Amino acid sequence: MTLTKTLLGGAAAIALSAGMATADPALIFDLGGKFDKSFNEAAFNGAQRWADETGNSFREIELQSEAQREQALRRFAEAGSNPIVMAGFAFGDALGQVAADYPDTSFVIIDMVVDQPNVRSVVFNEHEGSYLVGMMAAEASGSGTVGFIGGMDIPLIRKFACGYAQGVMAANPDATVIANMTGTTPAAWNDPVKGSELTKAQISQGADVVYAAAGGTGVGVLQTAADEGILSIGVDSNQNHLHPGKVLTSMMKRVDNAVYNAFTDGPGLSTGFEVMGLANGGVGYALDDNNAPLVSADMKAMVDDASVKIASGELAVHDYMSDNSCPVMSF
Amino acid sequence: MDFLTIIQILDSTVRLATPLLLACLAGLYSERAGVFDIGLEGKMLASAFFSAAVAYVSGSVWLGLLAGTAASLVLSLIHGVASITFRGNQLISGVAINFLAAGMTVLIAQSWFSQGGRTPSLFGGARFEGINLPFANELEPVPVIGPIYSELLSGHSVLVYLAFAFVPFTAWVLYRTRFGLRLRAVGENPAAVDTAGVSVVGLRFAAVMICGVLCGIAGAYLATALQAGFVKDMTAGRGFIALAALIFAKWRPWHALGACLLFGFLQAIALRFQNIDLGGVVIPVQVMDALPFVLTVVILAGFVGKAIPPKAGGEPYVKER
Repeated sequence: MTLTKTLLGGAAAIALSAGMATADPALIFDLGGKFDKSFNEAAFNGAQRWADETGNSFREIELQSEAQREQALRRFAEAGSNPIVMAGFAFGDALGQVAADYPDTSFVIIDMVVDQPNVRSVVFNEHEGSYLVGMMAAEASGSGTVGFIGGMDIPLIRKFACGYAQGVMAANPDATVIANMTGTTPAAWNDPVKGSELTKAQISQGADVVYAAAGGTGVGVLQTAADEGILSIGVDSNQNHLHPGKVLTSMMKRVDNAVYNAFTDGPGLSTGFEVMGLANGGVGYALDDNNAPLVSADMKAMVDDASVKIASGELAVHDYMSDNSCPVMSF
Repeated sequence: MDFLTIIQILDSTVRLATPLLLACLAGLYSERAGVFDIGLEGKMLASAFFSAAVAYVSGSVWLGLLAGTAASLVLSLIHGVASITFRGNQLISGVAINFLAAGMTVLIAQSWFSQGGRTPSLFGGARFEGINLPFANELEPVPVIGPIYSELLSGHSVLVYLAFAFVPFTAWVLYRTRFGLRLRAVGENPAAVDTAGVSVVGLRFAAVMICGVLCGIAGAYLATALQAGFVKDMTAGRGFIALAALIFAKWRPWHALGACLLFGFLQAIALRFQNIDLGGVVIPVQVMDALPFVLTVVILAGFVGKAIPPKAGGEPYVKER
């Protein structure tokens, strides 16, 4: 009995010290999966950039179900990972419960605010970036009708839609914006077939530019837009290369920078509320060889002008999440 | 709502109903022979991946279709061996197939293409293009008939026409051929079939294999005709909606067509009009999404004619000694 106890104790001590030795930072991906060519992939790219530059390694996990959120958080925290970064608004509840139990671990949550002393909450001004691509959509549209296809119907995606609609209206007050959501469950992030059908429905209603803020579903949107000969706008990562010459631009949400910064700051990073907007390079639009022919000099000048005004605070874009309403469209 | 909108919604209905119809008919063969199959989803998913992967590598969509069907057949074979030969629980085998397909496709996709569990985009001959029926362009200006013919009937991929042709064919096989009679008998009373000197195991395997072929076509349609490539979990529950349609249709081929068109139509409506405003009352989009399942429950509860499954369904056949 005593011998067993000693052995067990020894094993536990070894396990514990092993945990301490690998105090790598950790990154948790949301249900869309690490390679969604969008939000999660941007997070991964940021972590990878940090790993390449520092030569250190990080731990990661792709969630398979809602039930794993808290479990994954606790496992990384128990194993001594620090800081722990999670990509996605849906971690809010789980982190709220877990954070207090591990006061020495720093947590970073993206797209959500969790008010705990050891949590850094990073939120993006997606409405500002969406405003810019909305202006470009209105400029590129010949029919005066543009579309928006969201993933799961949540306030965050409505924030994208609302910013986009404001941008469209700013460039062309007579324009029509058709907004559709793919669904109301997490499956809406991974249903390209529905994305395609929504795109076809919007095309038949006259849309000739569609903006997809829908994770993996957006792959179907961009594909159908390219097939049907209209323009599309990607989201989160630079998606211009998916269909060169057919993707007008991409609304870049620099999730990679948020992850990179968190990993660089390391354990004990500054906590609190962090907003990444146009002013500090948190959002923007993508311009590269693939879409250069589509973006005219006028269009670029107009968007850059708006960008400067938004960054300086001269031009305010309404944030849907501030009062759950949108002045230019109804959902 | 104008005429053209109706045509466009019906057009969308046809596209959305086709994978449901193929999977529904697949389930019909299997379940009529007394083998429950909740692995339709998994077989479609496996076929979607292998059809897209082979189509991408070979550049030929037909080779892709073959590969997808072969993958689906392999899973069918596993289901058959587990539930017919070894008399295992058919539901558990089906669930296992769903899990196997969901994990395996992403794993192999990542290993082959390193694009995060998806295949590269297909283009050119690696995709099924829509085929224009003869005179589609000439007839287009004709009022009413023109749009119906050129928009609704023409311009779908060959698999859509194949799927719809399978409905009368299935009805004929099931009710007009010796094989069909035996197939139905083996689902109702396998002992009688055995007494008549016909192999129960052979018939059930044949049914499960036909199921595999149809699921294979359904998966290939999703990945190479509707989409241009495979994305993880791209079937998104269509195998289960097909099962619901099968129960809704009470295991009959023509009714299966009706059920799949209805469910496809509900999806098309939900996609076109997010929240439907009926003179003051707004129907949220969730209602439309849930309606197929609600309707199935209503049917199962026996409110609108009772749905009675094949009598020997779910029971492995054991010869009496």
